[in-house]
Amino acid sequence: MATVAPSRVRTGRGVEIGLLLLALTLGIGAYALVGLATGDALPPGFGGYAATLAGIAVGLHLILRWRAPYADPLILPIVMALNGIGLAMIHRIDLRLDARGLTAGFGDRQELWTIIGAACAAVVLILLRDHRTLRRYTYTAMVIGLVLLVLPMLPGLGVNINGAQVWVRVGPFSVQPAEFAKIALAVFFAGYLVTHRDVLTLAGPKILGLQLPRLRDFGPIVLAWAVSILVLVRQTDLGSSLLFFGLFVAMLYVATERWSWILIGLLMFAAGAVLAANIFGHVGARVDVWLNALDPEIYNRDPGGSGQVVRGLFGMASGGLFGTGWGEGYPDLVPYANSDFIMASLGEELGLTGVMAILMLYLILIERGIRTGIGLRDGFGKLLASGLSFVIALQCFVVVGGVTRLIPLTGLTMPFLASGGSSLVANWIVVGLLLRMSDAARRPAGEGGGGVISTETALEVVPDEEAPAADDLDDTGVIPTDDQHTEVVERP
Amino acid sequence: MSELIVTLLRVGYLVVLWLLVLSAVSVLRRDIFGTRVIARGSVLTGSRRSGPDGGANQRGARTSRGAPTSIRVTAGPLRGTTLKLGQSSVLIGRAPSATLVLDDDYASNRHARIFPEDGQWFVEDLESRNGTYLGAHRVNGPTPVTIGTPIRIGQTVIELHR
Repeated sequence: MATVAPSRVRTGRGVEIGLLLLALTLGIGAYALVGLATGDALPPGFGGYAATLAGIAVGLHLILRWRAPYADPLILPIVMALNGIGLAMIHRIDLRLDARGLTAGFGDRQELWTIIGAACAAVVLILLRDHRTLRRYTYTAMVIGLVLLVLPMLPGLGVNINGAQVWVRVGPFSVQPAEFAKIALAVFFAGYLVTHRDVLTLAGPKILGLQLPRLRDFGPIVLAWAVSILVLVRQTDLGSSLLFFGLFVAMLYVATERWSWILIGLLMFAAGAVLAANIFGHVGARVDVWLNALDPEIYNRDPGGSGQVVRGLFGMASGGLFGTGWGEGYPDLVPYANSDFIMASLGEELGLTGVMAILMLYLILIERGIRTGIGLRDGFGKLLASGLSFVIALQCFVVVGGVTRLIPLTGLTMPFLASGGSSLVANWIVVGLLLRMSDAARRPAGEGGGGVISTETALEVVPDEEAPAADDLDDTGVIPTDDQHTEVVERP
Repeated sequence: MSELIVTLLRVGYLVVLWLLVLSAVSVLRRDIFGTRVIARGSVLTGSRRSGPDGGANQRGARTSRGAPTSIRVTAGPLRGTTLKLGQSSVLIGRAPSATLVLDDDYASNRHARIFPEDGQWFVEDLESRNGTYLGAHRVNGPTPVTIGTPIRIGQTVIELHR
């Protein structure tokens, strides 16, 4: 475990204001540029849009000052910028779809989801005072995660849209429970692995320089593999199964520092993928599209042709180095230009320069998450922070890799950019958790909330209502000079 | 709109986008260079290194001149780790919730704590199985700690530093 000694603690809230201003300029500016390019005037509803984004930024900034003053100053601005750029692009594609007489209105819905998502992040920051509380719900999280995964398979609840059985209809909305399941499973994996990592690390035979785990410790990874394959088979959702399996392998690696797990994980995934490509027609078709996208026969095949991928490539090519500019391209020619292929749309209008900047923003966001993991002083937090960051990283890799034909296309969404409510809300909750953990990681030891409460004692002795010591601190305004629980609790 | 303004706006947007990226990177840079990442087993150069820190001086002004400002791990798996001292106690043990989490089979979950009282720092053993040693003596009840005296917990040795 590497540790870091901060030489001087900055809260970073001042830096955050400056970066938030830049992020808002990007989000609101993009919206204005779209209007100027398509109608030579600011778009109708511009004031409301600008006020919404600014309101979210100011609200979350104030909540951070109030509840998590040491939270990382980069996470919120980057997420605001990505979300704003995504909203502008979705709105821009709406205009084109409208002009062609197709169903539109994704932009307004996405704006609503942005507000809901930011509100969820705010609720996480306000209600969750210490991320270690989540460790108490390790197995509850597992049950919730598995139930969420299985929900779309239940008859009457699940809805089949575009050949994938991953939606659940709730009133007027369809929700993808898998997006929320990934948070629950990350909590479960973190809680499980922090308890079992010693066994996973040390026991077992050593073959060819690889420290192999014991067979019975293999159980959970086999279970995770089986569930992800089950999801793949039953819901025809290649992306989610890749995501869950990747999450578990990555967290195992972080927990045990044994790279044999990565090798085993890659081999198991390769076996599963080859098997799936041979057994399931739609997976095989994706591989065909990936390898021979420009083949006329495959381009014209319906369903499962390569038209979408190739048009996306053409769009990015026409964008070139600096792009056509907001509102000047034809991103709507690609099916699902505002969700699966939003990176191609951005590539067309912002060019390689813009796409590189967006990828840099993701890179920095993920780096902040992993840095939070290094800075945290408890194993559970380390695992949770790195797991959640890895989920974002894997999603970016799979989506951008698919769009640029580096790997076969799978149905994952670009975090914060792509149109889709469940993904946006789930990722905002992830941001809330990362902000909460980064506050704990950057807070100097002894300034309240830092390491004064034990999870075991909180479970057994202290009633839930008065568990976190940080509450006492804020109410009285006095820094506790002592570790209260140490004296109260008798060791069993 | 004229062609020129359109081009300027297009390029200007990309400039602002990269401005955000670069200012974020500059904050990162400060984060990397502003902290000391100490690998396990590195050699410490002594207590003078904490001198120029702004935070240390600030805290030093509040407490008395010779008060310790940090804990250093000088031996054991976490060797090289430092921890800034505040006003409240520091819990040391294997429990993930401890302030200093030891990865050490000879330490108990809640092994010991170090706490301030009347400007003096004390160490107290929390009925750990293998005990806490201050210098050569086993700690029974709260014992005052002076700067530089080794506190041994399992395989880990920690010291208070100014």
